[in-house]
Amino acid sequence: MEVLEYGFMQRALLASLMVGLVAPAVGVFLVQRRLSLLGDGLGHVALTGVAIGVLTSTAPVGTALVAAVLGAVVIELVRARGRTSGDVALAVLFYGGIAGGVVLLSLAPRGQATNLEAYLFGAITTTTTADVAVFGVITVVVLGVVWLLGSRLYAVSDDEEYARAVGLPVLVLNVVLAALVAATVVLSMRVVGLLLISALMIVPSAVAQQLARSFRQTVYLACAIGLLTSVAGTTASYYTGTPSGGTIVLLAIALFLLVTAAVAVREATARRRHRRRAEVHAAHPHEHGDGCGHPAVPHDDHVDYDHDGHLHAPHRTGAGVHYDEHGEHAPPAEQVGRP
Amino acid sequence: MTAVRLRDASIGYGDVAVVQGVDLAVADGEAVAVLGSNGSGKTTLARGLLGLATVLGGEVEVLGAPVGRPRERGRIGYVPQRHTVSGAVPATVREVVGVGRLARLGPFGRPRPADRAAVQDAVAAVGLADRLGDPVASLSGGQQRRVLVARALAAEPELLVMDEPTAGVDAASQDALATVLAGVSATGTTLLVVTHETAALAGVLTRAVVVDHGRIAYDGPLAGAESTHDGHHHPEDTGLPPARGYRQDQPRVTTDGGR
Repeated sequence: MEVLEYGFMQRALLASLMVGLVAPAVGVFLVQRRLSLLGDGLGHVALTGVAIGVLTSTAPVGTALVAAVLGAVVIELVRARGRTSGDVALAVLFYGGIAGGVVLLSLAPRGQATNLEAYLFGAITTTTTADVAVFGVITVVVLGVVWLLGSRLYAVSDDEEYARAVGLPVLVLNVVLAALVAATVVLSMRVVGLLLISALMIVPSAVAQQLARSFRQTVYLACAIGLLTSVAGTTASYYTGTPSGGTIVLLAIALFLLVTAAVAVREATARRRHRRRAEVHAAHPHEHGDGCGHPAVPHDDHVDYDHDGHLHAPHRTGAGVHYDEHGEHAPPAEQVGRP
Repeated sequence: MTAVRLRDASIGYGDVAVVQGVDLAVADGEAVAVLGSNGSGKTTLARGLLGLATVLGGEVEVLGAPVGRPRERGRIGYVPQRHTVSGAVPATVREVVGVGRLARLGPFGRPRPADRAAVQDAVAAVGLADRLGDPVASLSGGQQRRVLVARALAAEPELLVMDEPTAGVDAASQDALATVLAGVSATGTTLLVVTHETAALAGVLTRAVVVDHGRIAYDGPLAGAESTHDGHHHPEDTGLPPARGYRQDQPRVTTDGGR
């Protein structure tokens, strides 16, 4: 493939692969905890870290990681205090992060890499080999922690009060989750940019939770969707010349809309079918029984009646006879007996 | 041993004491109803034992250790007053109840076969054995409440604290709960049930503690509590859904743990 012939695109695809896998694995817990915007906030804080890196001529990825993790810990400590001002404190921290980043970057001497847009919206093709190595370490560490502590992070995200009551280390787990988010933010910075990081954590999970039956399934499905949209978006952006971050996120949102619409249609169809049957029942002229004209179908301990292709199971209630629907299955031919 | 001991305890939130100067001792294996009207402080009293409300004065000891100190994990079960379990992300009955087992596993431990068996037994005990792999969102309200009970039972706790387990639950589920609690109580687990109504659990709970205006107004046999409790019963407390015919589903409950 042409896209794989260039070194910068190989590094870009590697980076997008890691981001696509890691961001949803962490994001699912944020969705469960109803803290979807935490990633955005830490992205803001990371910008100050980037600026400090540029000013001190150290690698921005490292300083951004330190700033984001510090921000994450501060946020959890503020939340743990449980004051109503916690919300305002978070807002102040977030705005302070982005304002500090913008001002500090403007102070950088000319000739430095101070391209603000590259950090805000991503510049995947500038990923260096050293970046890929750092991203690889972050990926292994984040996925390792999620594997090790996933069930506990789920417990705290699902019902923090219960977790506290039974003696799980709630504050520690919350700080760990926030630190994972911070690490993911820094990992995603190059690929989707600080302003779009949250999208890659949240949107794959929003798609997966409509399709999955269990939390575990949601995590795996979200990672698969993240991986797919991230790599596909990066590849597409190479051919269309559009920014990788925006392309990936638009792709993920398109998938979200598609799945949401499909699920809505499926539910509406099921509702309509149910209503139609309810009307059949309401207009029912007789109680099923011997000689009612509907084929009787023995079913375990009772008899169903084949009524226009679906099975009715009559049972007495206080208010009269009630009919349960017994499955979509057609009655086995040999069991059908006409009275 | 004493499962719960309060000496001149004040419990509240922030700096505001909701419960004041309470003395209470619950022996191991007792089954106690904590009664009182809305705002009496009965829930705060229970939350104080769990570390969810602040002990502002006096002493509160649970299972021999002051509240808030690190203690052996997994000895307390808790059923919060919550009507649904389903969160933003789907989860199966097995996953939700599995959380109840986590506290016993230590910081990094992974569930062993014995832990998985405990989860299955707890789910079977509340009559949902055939729903183990189903998403909790697909269960009725009464069934979801029973999932929360199973989560607490999975820890095989020494002290089980329940907050309004019968509120808004149909009669059949209330009877099922009474059967489950009778079994739990028979194994020596201490029960502390915060409730408005004792009728459904009268066969299980033997002692009543009536809380009124943050103080204990009655402490004695459950039968003697009714008049005291009713004396402080305000009309607005009856805003509960009618117990009978509230839901149409008829839950199947196995009392032998489904084995």
